[in-house]
Amino acid sequence: MIQSLLIANRGEIACRIIRTARQMGIRTIAVYSDADAKAVHARMADEAVHIGPSPAAESYLIGDKILDAAKRTGADAIHPGYGFLSENADFAAAVQAAGLIWVGPNPDSIRAMGLKDAAKKLMQDAGVPVTPGYMGEDQSPERLAKEAETIGYPVLIKAVAGGGGKGMRKVDNADDFADMLQSCRREARASFGNEEVLLEKWITSPRHIEVQIFGDSHGNIVHLFERDCSLQRRHQKVIEEAPAPGMDAETRKAICDAAVRAAAAVDYVGAGTIEFIADASEGLKPDRIWFMEMNTRLQVEHPVTEEITGIDLVEWQLRAARGETLPRTQDQISINGHAVEARLYAEDPATGFLPSTGPLDHFDLPERDIRVDSGVEQGSVISPFYDPMIAKMIAHAASRDEAIDALKSALGRTAVWPVKSNAAFLYRALENDVFLAGDMTTALIEDAGDTLIPASDPGEDMLAEAARRLADARTPAGRQGLRGFRLNAPVRSEIMLQSGSETYPAPIAAAPADGVTAAAIGTETVLVTKAGQSFAIGLPRAGEGAAAGAGDGAILSPMPGKVIAIDVAEGDSVTAGQRLLVLEAMKMEHSMTAPFDGTVAALNVTEGGQVQVDAVLVRIEAPGA
Amino acid sequence: MTAPALTSAIDVDSAPAQAHKSHNRTLAEELRKKVARAAQGGSERSRERHVSRGKLLPRERVERLLDPGSPFLEIGQLAANQMYGDEIPGAGLICGIGRVAGRQVMIVANDATVKGGTYYPMTVKKHLRAQEIAQENRLPCVYLVDSGGANLPHQSEVFPDRDHFGRIFFNQANMSALQIPQIACVMGSCTAGGAYVPAMSDETVIVRNQGTIFLAGPPLVEAATGEKISAEDLGGGDLHGKTSGVVDHLAENDEHALTIVRDIVSHLGKPHQPDVELQEPVAPKFDADDLYAIIPDDVRAPYDVHEVIARLVDGSEFHEFKSAYGKTLVCGFAHIWGMPVGILANNGVLFSESAQKGAHFIELAAQRGIPLLFLQNISGFMVGGKYEAEGIAKHGAKLVTAVATAQVPKITVVIGGSFGAGNYGMAGRAYSPRFLFTWPNARISVMGGEQAASVLATVHKDAADWTEEEAEAFKAPIREKYEAEGNPYFATARLWDDGVIDPAQTRDVLGLAFAATLNAPISQPPRFGVFRM
Repeated sequence: MIQSLLIANRGEIACRIIRTARQMGIRTIAVYSDADAKAVHARMADEAVHIGPSPAAESYLIGDKILDAAKRTGADAIHPGYGFLSENADFAAAVQAAGLIWVGPNPDSIRAMGLKDAAKKLMQDAGVPVTPGYMGEDQSPERLAKEAETIGYPVLIKAVAGGGGKGMRKVDNADDFADMLQSCRREARASFGNEEVLLEKWITSPRHIEVQIFGDSHGNIVHLFERDCSLQRRHQKVIEEAPAPGMDAETRKAICDAAVRAAAAVDYVGAGTIEFIADASEGLKPDRIWFMEMNTRLQVEHPVTEEITGIDLVEWQLRAARGETLPRTQDQISINGHAVEARLYAEDPATGFLPSTGPLDHFDLPERDIRVDSGVEQGSVISPFYDPMIAKMIAHAASRDEAIDALKSALGRTAVWPVKSNAAFLYRALENDVFLAGDMTTALIEDAGDTLIPASDPGEDMLAEAARRLADARTPAGRQGLRGFRLNAPVRSEIMLQSGSETYPAPIAAAPADGVTAAAIGTETVLVTKAGQSFAIGLPRAGEGAAAGAGDGAILSPMPGKVIAIDVAEGDSVTAGQRLLVLEAMKMEHSMTAPFDGTVAALNVTEGGQVQVDAVLVRIEAPGA
Repeated sequence: MTAPALTSAIDVDSAPAQAHKSHNRTLAEELRKKVARAAQGGSERSRERHVSRGKLLPRERVERLLDPGSPFLEIGQLAANQMYGDEIPGAGLICGIGRVAGRQVMIVANDATVKGGTYYPMTVKKHLRAQEIAQENRLPCVYLVDSGGANLPHQSEVFPDRDHFGRIFFNQANMSALQIPQIACVMGSCTAGGAYVPAMSDETVIVRNQGTIFLAGPPLVEAATGEKISAEDLGGGDLHGKTSGVVDHLAENDEHALTIVRDIVSHLGKPHQPDVELQEPVAPKFDADDLYAIIPDDVRAPYDVHEVIARLVDGSEFHEFKSAYGKTLVCGFAHIWGMPVGILANNGVLFSESAQKGAHFIELAAQRGIPLLFLQNISGFMVGGKYEAEGIAKHGAKLVTAVATAQVPKITVVIGGSFGAGNYGMAGRAYSPRFLFTWPNARISVMGGEQAASVLATVHKDAADWTEEEAEAFKAPIREKYEAEGNPYFATARLWDDGVIDPAQTRDVLGLAFAATLNAPISQPPRFGVFRM
């Protein structure tokens, strides 16, 4: 029996697990680091244990601290979520050794799948197709050519020691093989001092297809059909869906059967995923899908499977961990409709997807319309210590088009501020023609390039809506008809607005525009959102930031005193608010700070020196001044 | 509050209506053209020079100061129109009421593109009128200062008298004493007497390297004491912001200064809440544009003023008082933009009964604390032996007494003729209505040009010997003079009103003007002078 469950994770997945556990009447225990002291998961659980400093390596990744927390709280099971310790076989073993239930596969299964090459071999033996390739000791050109023929063109010749794109040759037909091999070896020798090569099947149109499997401790293994996770940015999944578009019954059966065989090969218990790579250049075909790896945990994208099968995978995990048999047999599991998930990240598409951290002053997801799995809320702080995923948004509908539309509509209204999010990027990805046609490959996002990057300025309709909201806010009830009245002249319907450091002339919209939402975030600022992109637009606040009241950058001594610390030297660049020096006067320490970003043009004092009132201590020069 | 809705008998498609329409539309277009021209301010060259210094044009300053979507009820748009040899559009000053940080304020902005923003006699008059409106209606004042001070060639007409330049500062001091905030934003010169605008203000902003305040500029200083000093060192932002303390806020540029002014206004404390009960505004049942078809093309032609009221008041609903008695003065209660008003509107010559009815009605409104609207179209009180004998003078006096002493807000619109004592009985300028606006078809004079010519011809010593031609030759220039001086543009140039308004905008103008009046408490109980019985 599991009476109380410790969740060795954070964020949305911890919340997700707590939700199901609570429904099952299980007491939940969260763990949290310093940074997560006020996190949703810690508050949501019945009990929460502090496990150390913010860096994951000093908290969430330390198995002993988790075990200690479990002991102290009387937990009888541990759910690792995904990431962190979820695929750490030693930790799984330690949990079991401590007499606790490990909600996951047995440590041996994890180990077997952890070594990628060994896993491939294991799969090959179990009759699961693996990506064709050759990595053998026989490096004779004849042998390599023969292997290439077996693999089937095009093939990729890769220097074993290679990297950074060097020592790689794509060969389209047998005639070119010898020349390409020679040139590849030459380059490999020159670059790496090692001319050994391996051969890989070149996959023209790679798609990432994975199959959800589930096993119990009674030897039952079922699959829950496939997911398509081809939309990836730098190997990071962005949008996932189930079932895979273009999947026919024959191919589905082939991969699902293979997945079950793979799981059986390691006596798998719990939730697992078999990842395949498919060559979709001629659609999905049973003989063009190969095993890549197995993930021995719950996947981030598990909700799409839950949506189309109606099965709560966390519930099944907990049941399997309790030793129950699977609640359903294979023929009781079917696909209902289509589900699409988008991963909402706190990152800025405009700056090459740099993570964006800080307080979530505004966080508005249309949760009523679609499923949202999130571990944050308005007011949460996005810390730099962890994965910046803030929510998963999952739409489920009868058809793929409807599900995409629903997700797009929800993403369109997603307002995150001032932390930046990738919602607009996701929105644009969902609008991509190739994606809509279901013809995507893992290269889609790279190929689409800047078309997925949102504009850096608010559009006229967003400005007009901001203007309308601001005008409404300042118009007495019932007097809208007097808006913009000018005597003996046309109505004035344009105002100046500011977003970031830019000002824009904006017409005042007469009525809300389609697809544009807005929320007040201050007396004179509204957050306007369209297509997932949010801009804080307000009345101009001229002179703020850059040089507001800062004058000419001369830092004067406020009173006679003694300089007791100097933090900068002439020529240093400084940022607004940075401490420049400390003055001791009237028994008080006064920090003198930079009024704006710039460089130290002059430093007129020395440490320990006495200064008179109004003496110019430091002079800061703005860039370009 | 309930009242029956007025009906309309006008057929806007009829031939006379169409003729009126085309006539009045032309008048309105003429008005809009004059206003547009005046609104441009100084010459293109001086505007370009202004902008090239990094300054916003005065009208743009006003626009940026206002709340998004704020109405702006400008006053004295055509002040000084045709009055000086060279054009001084708007008297070189932009004045009006608009919303800043949610609050109605009076904005007074110098236009430095017009003669350096110097004060001509009409500039002074307009500035004082704006202050008077602010004081009566308790509107905070925002002065956007950019002026070289008094216009020296006109010194005798701007400096010495009671209602000259010095009155500006007298008003500032007294408004401040009445807790009416005085805010100055120095965005250019502010020389000599002008220096007192910021100095006399409650809270002051200056734009660095642009605004200057000094009692005497560098040339005068050098002449007086030999001291050579730059304008910026003598009275620039840094000096006044950091050393003299003459200003309270230092801004980097016009935009920044306006942001600071908005912040200041947002901290003025709670405004007065209206003393009247407001209701949800409802549009009139009839189109305002119909007014063009209603107003006759001859100011002497009679028409039913109910047609006008029906196009001004909420839902066209009018609770008429004594509708069957003294019918030449229509009285009744209604709402405009949700605010209750008592309306007195001429519907012919004033008789004794109409005057008594009007006085009674004003007493009602004053008892109830309801603001009054006068729609003035009056050729005067009835004349003749019968009427003098029945005491029309004392009955007229009752109306004049009531008008003069009623303490509720009063607003007058001259919608037609405004002649003789009728002007007094209907709250003409001398009766200090809070606002007085004029339609472009209006005529204002002590009597009509024709009557004046006839009177003058009759009393002329040689009149008896004149041929018809001689009489006509005598009368024509008098008629012309009356026509010219009775023209609304002649009047508005001299600020005998607060502006000529497009009839179609009358309801909105009244909405804004009445809303402005509600910033001041309505004094209760009413106190009237002696009514001669």
